[in-house]
Amino acid sequence: MSAFLAIVGRDLRLGFGAQGAMLTTLLFFVLAVSLFPLGVGPEPQILARIAAGVIWVAALLAAMLSLDRLFQTDQEDGTLDLLAQAPLPLGLVALAKTLAHWLTTGLPLSLIAPLLAILLQMDGAAIPVLLAALLLGTPSLSLIGAIGAALTLGAKRGAVLVPLLTLPLVIPVLIFGVGAVEAASYGLTAGPHLLLLGAFLAGALALSPFAIAGAIKLALE
Amino acid sequence: MFHALANPARFLRLMAVIRPWAAGVAIVGLAAGLGWGLLYSPPDYQQGETVRIMYIHVPAAWMGMFIYAAMAVASATALIWRHPVAELVAKASAPVGAVFTLICLLTGALWGKPMWGAWWVWDARLTSMLILFFIYLGYMALWEAFDDPARAGRAAAILALVGAVNLPIIKFSVDWWNTMHQPASVLTLAGPKIHPDILWPLLITALGAKGYYVWLLTLRVRAEILSRQARILRFAAATDRRAD
Amino acid sequence: MALAVEGLACIRGERQLFCDLTFRLAAGEALLLHGPNGSGKSSLLRLLAGFLPPAAGRVLWDAAPVTDDADAHRDRLHYLGHQDAVKSQLSAEDNLTFWAQLYGLPVAEAGQAVTSALSAAGLQRQRRLPGRYLSAGQKRRLALARLLLKPASLWLLDEPTNALDTAAVAWLGELLGNHRAHGGLVILASHVAVPLADARQLNLPEGRLA
Repeated sequence: MSAFLAIVGRDLRLGFGAQGAMLTTLLFFVLAVSLFPLGVGPEPQILARIAAGVIWVAALLAAMLSLDRLFQTDQEDGTLDLLAQAPLPLGLVALAKTLAHWLTTGLPLSLIAPLLAILLQMDGAAIPVLLAALLLGTPSLSLIGAIGAALTLGAKRGAVLVPLLTLPLVIPVLIFGVGAVEAASYGLTAGPHLLLLGAFLAGALALSPFAIAGAIKLALE
Repeated sequence: MFHALANPARFLRLMAVIRPWAAGVAIVGLAAGLGWGLLYSPPDYQQGETVRIMYIHVPAAWMGMFIYAAMAVASATALIWRHPVAELVAKASAPVGAVFTLICLLTGALWGKPMWGAWWVWDARLTSMLILFFIYLGYMALWEAFDDPARAGRAAAILALVGAVNLPIIKFSVDWWNTMHQPASVLTLAGPKIHPDILWPLLITALGAKGYYVWLLTLRVRAEILSRQARILRFAAATDRRAD
Repeated sequence: MALAVEGLACIRGERQLFCDLTFRLAAGEALLLHGPNGSGKSSLLRLLAGFLPPAAGRVLWDAAPVTDDADAHRDRLHYLGHQDAVKSQLSAEDNLTFWAQLYGLPVAEAGQAVTSALSAAGLQRQRRLPGRYLSAGQKRRLALARLLLKPASLWLLDEPTNALDTAAVAWLGELLGNHRAHGGLVILASHVAVPLADARQLNLPEGRLA
C-alpha cells in the first residue's frame, strides 16, 4: 500500500510541477471549447444545443494530450524497471500511475467544465449532471488511455498513435456522457446514462490493469 | 541456431493443403451467390433494383465482423500459448477485414444515396462499422510502429483483445445513441421474414467470401513466414560478413 | 544461497544472442561478464532480473526455478541498468525517499535509511539539489546508493562504473566487498576494470567460464 501511495504521490508532484502537463491540458481544454462559438456563431440556442457534445469532445481530446508520456518518461530514465521490481503487482503500479493521471487531468477538467458550460449557455439544471458525468467518465478515459500509452511504449510515432488506438475505444463514454447531459436538459432523468457510465468504469477498472501490465511487461523485455 | 519460426514447415504444408479448397469455395460461392443475387433475385417492391447492393453490402459487413472475431481468437492463442503463427494469422487477417469493412461502408454510401437521399446517414449499423474500421486501422498502425516484430505482434494481440471486449459495448452504445437521436432506421434488414430468394444468395455469397478470406489468409501467412525467414537469413548473412 | 543457470538461451529481435549458458554462483561469489557490444551482457542481466523470459533453459535459486515464485525472486534482487532512474525534477533526497517508499520501508525507517545512503554516496551537500543539476557521476552515485535502501542477496549491475571518478569506483568496490562479505552474490557487466576480488569471468556470447 505504501508503495502504491508513493507512486501516486510522486506522479502528482511531477504532474503539478512547473513541467507537469496539468496546466497545459487545462489550457488546451478551455481553448478548444472557446473556439466553438467562434466557429459556429454566438446564437445562444445553437450553443446550448451543442454545449454537452463540445465539452465532452474537448475533454476527450485534452485527456489524450499527456497520455503518451504517462509511462514513456519512466521508461526513458529507467524508472519503469524499478517500478516493475517494486513489491507490488504490476497491475497495481499501473493503477497508481493511472490514478495520478486522472487526478492531474480528468479531475481538474471536470471541475472547470461547469464554468465552460455557463459560457456555452447550457441549461442550469444540466450542469450538475455534466459534472457528475465527467467525474464518472473521465477515469475510464485515463484507464483505456493508459492501455494505449503502455502499448505504444517505444513505438515510432507513439504520440499520434495513442489517440488513434484509444479514441475509438472510448466512444461509449462519449455517448453516455453526452446522453446524460442531454437527458437532463430535456427534463428527463439522467440516471440510466450515469449508471451506464459507472458500469463502463467498473469494467475498465477491473480489466484494464491486466492489459496495461501485460503491455508494460512487453516494453520491459 | 535461429528462431523456431524460421522453419514452421508444418504450417506451410497445412496451408498448401487448405489453399485449393478455399479457393474453390471462394470462386464457386462468390460466382453462384453474386450471380443469383445480382441477376436472378427479385427486385424489392419499394427499393427496386438498388436492393441488389445488399448482396455485396451485407456479406461484406458480416465478413468485417467475422474477421475481427477470428483476429481476436488468433490473438488470444498467440498470447496464451505463445504461438507465433497465430500472431501472423491475426496480422494477415487485419487488412482483409479492414477492406471488407470499407466495402461495407462504401456500398452503404452508394445504397444510401437513392434510399435516404444522402451519401452518408448516421445510421447505427453504419456508424458501428465506421468505428470497427477505425479499430482495424489502429491495429495495423500498431503493427507498423515497432522495429521488432516479436514486440509488435504481442502488443497488437493485446490491442485486438481489448478491442474485442469493447466492441459489443461500442455496438450497444451506438444503438442507444441512435435511438436517442433519430427514429428507427429506414432500413431494417432483419425483418421477421426474409424471402428465401433473397436469403439463399446472401448466405452463398457469405460462404464464398469466407472461402476467399481463408484463401487470402493462407497466401498472406505464407508470405509473412517467408519474409520473416528472409529477414533472419539476411541478418545472419550481414552478421557473418561483419565477423569475417 | 546459490544461483544456478542451466542451458539458458536468449533471442532478441529474431536474433540469438547466446545459447546453452550454464553456470553456478554460490554465496559471496561474483561473476564478471565480458564480451563485445551486443553480445548479450545486458540481456543476460535483464533475463536474470526476470524482465525477459529465456528462449530456453532456466534460472534456479537454491535449486528451485525462480519462475515458481517470481515475487520472492524480485524481492531478493537489485537490478541497476544503464539508466540511473533519477527524476530531474526531484531532489537527490526525494529521489531516494521515493525508492525507499517503493521498497515498502516505513516512513521513520525510510528517513534514516535515506540519510545514511546519501552520506555513504557522498551526496549530503547535494541532497536538496534537483536531479537535473547533478552531474552524470553524481547521478550514478545516487543510483548506487539505492542498493543500500533494501537488503537483497543478488545484485545485477550493468556498467555500474559509468561516469564514476576514481574515488567513486573505490567506493563501489567497498560496497561490493561488503555485500559479498555478507554472503551476497554479484553479477556485473563492465568494460572497465572493477575492484572485484577473485571474481569469476564469463565470456559472451560463447558462454565460456574462465
